[in-house]
Amino acid sequence: MNPLVEVRLVTIVAESVLAASIVAALRELGVSGYTLTEARGQGSRGRRTGEIPGDNVRIEVLVSPATADKILATVSERWFADYAVVAWVTTASVVRGLKFP
Amino acid sequence: MTSALADNLLSPVVLAFLLGVTARLAGSDLRLPKDLYTALSIYLLFAIGLKGGHELQHASVGEIAAPAAITLLLGCLTPLSAFVILRRLGGFSVADSAGIAAHYGSVSAVTFIAAQSFCAQAGSSVEGFMPTLLALLESPGIAVGLYLGTRSQTERAGLADSLREILVGRSMILLLGGLIVGGLTTADGWSAISPFFETGFRGALTLFLLEMGIVTAERISDLKKVGPFLLGFGVFLPLLHGTLAAALGIFAGLSGGGATVLAAMAASASYIAAPPAVRLAIPAANPTYSLTAALAVTFPFNVSIGIPIYHAVAHQVLRLL
Repeated sequence: MNPLVEVRLVTIVAESVLAASIVAALRELGVSGYTLTEARGQGSRGRRTGEIPGDNVRIEVLVSPATADKILATVSERWFADYAVVAWVTTASVVRGLKFP
Repeated sequence: MTSALADNLLSPVVLAFLLGVTARLAGSDLRLPKDLYTALSIYLLFAIGLKGGHELQHASVGEIAAPAAITLLLGCLTPLSAFVILRRLGGFSVADSAGIAAHYGSVSAVTFIAAQSFCAQAGSSVEGFMPTLLALLESPGIAVGLYLGTRSQTERAGLADSLREILVGRSMILLLGGLIVGGLTTADGWSAISPFFETGFRGALTLFLLEMGIVTAERISDLKKVGPFLLGFGVFLPLLHGTLAAALGIFAGLSGGGATVLAAMAASASYIAAPPAVRLAIPAANPTYSLTAALAVTFPFNVSIGIPIYHAVAHQVLRLL
């Protein structure tokens, strides 16, 4: 097995209406792939508007540390004020580190 | 009117709604699976479109022109009156007023269907082209509401995207697509699909209303948060818009049943197409206000008491003419 390389795992949980906009923003930042799952939960803004299908979405991307910073900056600037969004970064070890820009 | 009201309250559709509300308030875990809820809404909307399209084959342009013009007028008028009342009397912010106005300007398809069922039960015939009017009324109200809520140029730049999304959204495609498919279907084709789309319709609606009751009951705890003004607004505005639309419908040449359905459309507030559009275009608008007023106040009011009132108003105006 090739040696492990450290990258960043960025996780964004947001109300589902934002899914398309967030994915578009990730693409603009050069992210090549992402994982999107439907999520449910409760936060400081309360229950999500359940009539909007999908409740919350959880978007995960593996990227370089520099890109992770850019993603967090974009997410906080565009959506933190008005929407239910949380985002966090953890360190992940992957094989094939070059896959993640 | 009293007996029509009692009949309506005892219809399976309204009773199923009440069952959903009661079950939820009692703490039951009853819920329709989300995919079934989506499937039922697709079935109902497509069935309305197909039937409307099929009946359009017998309608002439002259017959539809005046009611269509009235419908478009209502689509522009209802969000404006809602906005002014919320802003001036309710003291809501521009964003919140516009967000709520967009919901009330658009239509609740389920209220439309409930009104048609009511008329069928009350023995009032309804024009076959009403689903065409439903499609006409769906978008202008949201568009006007979003326009009122987006003041700056940059915000308005995103409006075109929001409107495009509404136009290609599920409910519009099913309604308009259904109208076209139904309009092109031959008599033989129609008799082949009508057992599924017509016979099953009321049953599907009853099941759908059960889930609507559950969703509504979940909103009831939010009633405290929205305050007394919005509660009153959720009843007063449908009465205002419904009465106006019933009268205008009669003047435009609709039958008593047709005017009742038009009134129910104008009186209703959207909670499927409008919420995501408003959420994206007017981020500062609080979705709790619009969804609670639309779902927990206006929808149950219209389905139980409002529709019989519009029916009575429409027939009263018809007698006066």
